[in-house]
Amino acid sequence: MSSVQIFDRALTRARGRRAAPGARRVRTAGPGADLSEGRPKLGFMAPPGDGAVEIDALVKRYGPTAAVDGLSFHAARGEVTAMLGPNGAGKTTTIEICEGFRRADSGTVRVLGRDPGDRELRARVGVMPQSGGVPGTARAGEFLRLVASFHASPLDPAALLARLGLTEQARTPFRRLSGGQQQRLSLAVAVVGRPELVFLDEPTTGLDPQARHATWELVGELRAAGVAVVLTTHHMDEAERLADQVVIVDHGRIVAEGSPAELTGAERQLRFRARPGLGVEELLSALPVGSTAKESPAGHYLIEGSVDPGLLATVTAWCASHGVMADDLRIERRTLEDVFLELTGRELRS
Amino acid sequence: MILAQTGYEIRTLLRNGEQLLLTLIIPVVLLTLFSATSLLDLGPGDRVDFLAPGVLALAVMSTAFTGQAIGTGFERRYGVLKRLGATPLPRGGLIAAKTLTVLAVEAIQAAVICAVALALGWHPHGDPFSAVLLLLLGTAAFSGFGLLMAGTLRAEATLAAANLVYILLLAVGGVVFPLDDFPGGIRSALELLPIAALADGLRDVLQHGAALPGGPLLILAVWAAAGLALAARFFKWE
Repeated sequence: MSSVQIFDRALTRARGRRAAPGARRVRTAGPGADLSEGRPKLGFMAPPGDGAVEIDALVKRYGPTAAVDGLSFHAARGEVTAMLGPNGAGKTTTIEICEGFRRADSGTVRVLGRDPGDRELRARVGVMPQSGGVPGTARAGEFLRLVASFHASPLDPAALLARLGLTEQARTPFRRLSGGQQQRLSLAVAVVGRPELVFLDEPTTGLDPQARHATWELVGELRAAGVAVVLTTHHMDEAERLADQVVIVDHGRIVAEGSPAELTGAERQLRFRARPGLGVEELLSALPVGSTAKESPAGHYLIEGSVDPGLLATVTAWCASHGVMADDLRIERRTLEDVFLELTGRELRS
Repeated sequence: MILAQTGYEIRTLLRNGEQLLLTLIIPVVLLTLFSATSLLDLGPGDRVDFLAPGVLALAVMSTAFTGQAIGTGFERRYGVLKRLGATPLPRGGLIAAKTLTVLAVEAIQAAVICAVALALGWHPHGDPFSAVLLLLLGTAAFSGFGLLMAGTLRAEATLAAANLVYILLLAVGGVVFPLDDFPGGIRSALELLPIAALADGLRDVLQHGAALPGGPLLILAVWAAAGLALAARFFKWE
């Protein structure tokens, strides 16, 4: 996979400068061209501080049920905002309202400071739908070039295909691509117009690890170039790894938001493996009040509470006095999965 | 933008085997088969003089109606229309591109059909302008109903219905089987069909040398206005 740098890191410096009229030059960086020089900049960005997406008290009903029920959050330029939640939480509906495909029943949505239905946004916002959107008979490279031709200053389609590992599939009809290849082409179509903001609806669902990494890298590059990225996912590791801000959504409402570190917080947990059937009750009686200890599955022990040096010493001392070797002993932060479970009482992927 | 989309649509269409069968092979086979054999009693005159205008009408229907309805129906089903709606290509631009595509394919069809017909001894009369006017009005009428179907029915239903309509209108629309063979009452009703109006109008001009066939033009104009208005009103993009 080529490591061609597609987005310009210098853009982070250029953020906030409005381009002079006519700065949207029509040219692309050809393969092999020096990608760091003379490239058209995304110079037409609005000043920083403007939220890329501002959603306030958004409501969308389908019949009697509210798919989105008073949802508010802001997504900033140069940041990755991940909406995390189970199927049916209202993520896709929210995104489709931002994309101008659906109208809100109430609440306000501003996208790059404009109404989502504003046609002027079509040139500035990239959209990757959850699936499809490309004709089955269209060849990958052909469709990407077509969409590129709609934009004033597109990326070079060939370089973008190479970047996403699709060069060999350039002449393959969309319907003959594998699921992961279709996803990557869809991502390419979303970013080929050098958007200031991209909406990615489950960008890595169905991807193999390598393709997933390629996608993550591209998202990281978009972010570094000052592009606002709003994505939905139900992969915790994806949100933890990519997102500056995570919005946890359930039943059309936000149940928590913050950076991954903020969300997983200071709460820690201690895990170890040992022979099954240790007296968990007895261990618990040695721990500070408010701690919990459980064995699940057999031979795997989990202790939660205020995990501090004292608690660690207590646990290891208890093990020593019982002749127990605590294998794989580790202290970890809660994961977003744990946070979600705690907030909703449900598994994320249930 | 519109031209890029048009070029893309034409390339996709020409690569599609089923479309080529519908738009070129079937009309040419019908024209050749019935011209060269006496399977049908087509009344006085050269058989090809009767058949060529009917087959031209069939070609317009196959592209503007059947092909466009099925293609657009599946684009809608697979979210292609929605996705293109998220690009700078305006919706009107997409429809314009589809119209240009239909016209370009029809030009290819007309060229091939005319060449085959001439080779079979066709002697066209009349004013080419009148024939083109009829073809354009027919295209508008069939496009309106094709898009109406694509934009309202499920893609599978569109596929079935568009093919059914094609076969039915081929059979009873005066394309290769003369309407004179039907009983009077039924015949008057069938003459109001857009395919019959187009075929008869083209025959009036190309076979009989009429200037501007008012009846067929009027029927086609009414169908075109109705189809396009209904499509504009009810077409759903997703």
